[in-house]
Amino acid sequence: MRKIISAVAVATLITGCGNQTGEPEQKAAEAKPAEPVTLTVYSARKEHLIKPLFDMYTEKTGTQIQYITDKASPLLSRLKSEGENTPADMLITVDAGNLWKAAQDGVLRSVDSDALEQNVPANLQDENNQWFGLSIRARTIVYAKDRVKEGDLSTYEGLADANWKGRLCLRTSKKVYNQSLVASMISNLGEENTEKVVAGWVDNLATDVFSNDTKAMNAVQAGQCDATIVNTYYFGRLQNKTPDANLAIFWPNQEDRGVHINISGAGVTKHAKNPEEATALLAWLSSEEAQQQFAQLNHEYPVNAKVSATEEVKSWGDFKRDALNVSEAGRLQPDAVKLMDRVKYR
Amino acid sequence: MDNLSQKMSGQPQVERTSSYMALVNWVIQKRWWLLVSVITLSVFMPVAVIGLSWLSPQTEDWQHLMDTVLNELMVNTLVLAVGVALGVFVLGVSLAWLTAMCQFPGRNLFDWALMLPFSVPAYVMAFCFLGLLDYSGPIQTWIRSHLSADFDLPVRNAAGVICVFVLAFYPYVYMLARTAFTNQGRGQMDAARGLGCNSWQAFWRVMLPMARPAIAAGMALALMETLADFGAVSVFNFDTFTTAIYKSWYGLFNIYAAAQLASLLLVFVIFCLWLEQTARGRARYDQSERQQKQNLYRLTGWQASAASLYCLLILLLAFILPVSQLVWWVVETQFEDFNARFVQLMVNTLGLGSTAAVMTVIIALVMAFAQRVEKNPVLDRMARFSTLGYALPGTVLAVGLMVWFSWLDNSLIEIVRNIFGINVGQLFLGSVFALLVSYSVRFLAVAYGPVQSRLQAIRPSLHEAAQSLGASQRQILWRVYLPMLRPGILVAGLLVLVDVMKEMPATLLMRPFGWDTLAVRIYEMTSEGEWERAALPALTLVIVGLAPIIVLMSKSRKDH
Repeated sequence: MRKIISAVAVATLITGCGNQTGEPEQKAAEAKPAEPVTLTVYSARKEHLIKPLFDMYTEKTGTQIQYITDKASPLLSRLKSEGENTPADMLITVDAGNLWKAAQDGVLRSVDSDALEQNVPANLQDENNQWFGLSIRARTIVYAKDRVKEGDLSTYEGLADANWKGRLCLRTSKKVYNQSLVASMISNLGEENTEKVVAGWVDNLATDVFSNDTKAMNAVQAGQCDATIVNTYYFGRLQNKTPDANLAIFWPNQEDRGVHINISGAGVTKHAKNPEEATALLAWLSSEEAQQQFAQLNHEYPVNAKVSATEEVKSWGDFKRDALNVSEAGRLQPDAVKLMDRVKYR
Repeated sequence: MDNLSQKMSGQPQVERTSSYMALVNWVIQKRWWLLVSVITLSVFMPVAVIGLSWLSPQTEDWQHLMDTVLNELMVNTLVLAVGVALGVFVLGVSLAWLTAMCQFPGRNLFDWALMLPFSVPAYVMAFCFLGLLDYSGPIQTWIRSHLSADFDLPVRNAAGVICVFVLAFYPYVYMLARTAFTNQGRGQMDAARGLGCNSWQAFWRVMLPMARPAIAAGMALALMETLADFGAVSVFNFDTFTTAIYKSWYGLFNIYAAAQLASLLLVFVIFCLWLEQTARGRARYDQSERQQKQNLYRLTGWQASAASLYCLLILLLAFILPVSQLVWWVVETQFEDFNARFVQLMVNTLGLGSTAAVMTVIIALVMAFAQRVEKNPVLDRMARFSTLGYALPGTVLAVGLMVWFSWLDNSLIEIVRNIFGINVGQLFLGSVFALLVSYSVRFLAVAYGPVQSRLQAIRPSLHEAAQSLGASQRQILWRVYLPMLRPGILVAGLLVLVDVMKEMPATLLMRPFGWDTLAVRIYEMTSEGEWERAALPALTLVIVGLAPIIVLMSKSRKDH
């Protein structure tokens, strides 16, 4: 029993300490506005891919940044329930669909910033300036060099052709990246054509769909199938790990709409307690300095045209991007999910 | 209650003190009811939030689900539930029987080592399993290059998922059944055999039925966790009811349909629990409280070797293989993420886990005692309801609790603003307290099962005897029940501790800023597909879980 009591005592001590570290900072911020503020961020981008940027910003400006990471949907639920009492100043997600949904739900505010307008292309931001893309992820085809002939690959739609029977691997339809891809196809080709294409993919599958991009590429490597559709940064990581992998990137649809792209991005919350500082952070994240970091952290493409991708990423070649506004992918996402359910794309 | 409100409202000023005393008396008199009510309420609120989703009918999305996927995933879910139930029963009971009742080479080691797989989260087990056994994994690759070029054994299917769940969750049954068998001792078995049963008959007709509450509690835990699991089934891309919940929420952006599906899952679990309860009927499972020196059955010859091999095989599959895989990855990544922050993660994980374990076990004890003292079916039902948090998919429950805490916060902030005219921040959401409450709500079943099944083994006559000897209720609790419940309490504390350390959804959504845990780090890496980098926090979680498992297992053995 004494042990239980001491355990409780230790626990209270721990919890007590936890509260103490948080409170004085807040009080200090309220009392003396001249002191640097603490910004609060809800982030669906994971700590190891965002903290280096926050650290840079804190060093540069003195603005402290506290954050929690989680999936976008729970974070969005929390923002909605907290309403005007939310501590969050900024929401970061890793796909356009959830940013679109956040704007729909009215938890973001319009932001007026010349820097953001300059740095972020128009199709990668919300039309009411509620959110802005910060990095670009291209979803493209990766194939086995030894088993795929030139001319076998052309477009996403081409993977539905009969000559791909039993040669295709895909990731699950539950992943938002595939939902966005199919949504972009609905927008470009119409629902009926898209359904035919996706049904063709399912027909051509060599095996059950995979739970992640890396696994799908491993299957291509192992010879279970000849091609798959992945985000390029997963390919970059695989290349770093196994440089002699017999895989290569193919950029589809270069004759027509271009490669499907998604973004990770952010917006300032409607009830932000420090909207100016949050806007400043958002603008900085789109600056050349920060964009360089974005490019290096995760083999992604910077949104800021003045910043180029890393040498490794550039070695995959230039490609034409689908110019569709990425928020379309959010709007059509539920339709895409239903379409994939109908053709039994699991 | 009526009596009280009469006194409260209708009395003149002078009698304030006496009505105050009446209130105090009433509180003391009804303390068990009040305590259980508070516990039940804190589970009821998030469940109510989920149930309220029915107020907003989602006809279109429901039609879609019924037309396309619902059939398949109901079948999948049922197959999974039956498979896992059978698997954990066979594995858990057989291993518990061997280590609790038999003497064979390695028994002292296996006794606690067979609990180790519990510290490996199911999703980690799933990934290691696939990493080794899938088409592109080392085993099938080797077979293709050395034996048969066309070899292709599909493992991402129901059988594979069931294997993983059985290996990950059998410790629930093992732990509870082991405690039950140890406490039953050999006496009953020998008595049955003396009455003419052979050993199998004695086992099936005496020992097994007597351990039934414990085994059922363990299986219920394993099943609830299986039904609510999202991590492991996602690794396999195996569609269950729970994956449909998340698909509706994340994919269709329809949180109402998701909550409605979750409430149906809850109804299904309630039905299963009710079924077990009804089948058990009015049977009671009291047993001799005489502590006896254990006389183990000494296995010899091939029986002894078979027992050792069997235990070793399970330990190999459920612990040594996945952990080796983790170690391999950690070496491969050369500890790149190991730094001072990592130590902080370990401290946070252990601190939250142990505090939540103590808190949850105390709550479970209160509920169990209340049932014993009051002997009221309504109280029974309230207690049973309070354990349902475990049957909900983690994120759904976390959001239910979050909505409830933020409602409390918003009301408080509003009140303070109206009365004092100042703006204050959130009190609950993002506090350690709210997180601990969430853990307790989620894992109450895990603490309640072992405590309750131990309590059922204690004869009510003991209580009456103590009473007739003039012991007060408090003395009975402290001097009769608590010592006898000790094994159950240890088991409960251990299970909750390790479960909380593995917990992700509530921690992710409600942790105070900077309170990251090892599980949070595992989530961040795995959701980026960086399994190699997730290996370090996963391995650390396993290692951090080892110490309490070893300590508590050896303690619980000494108790006998």
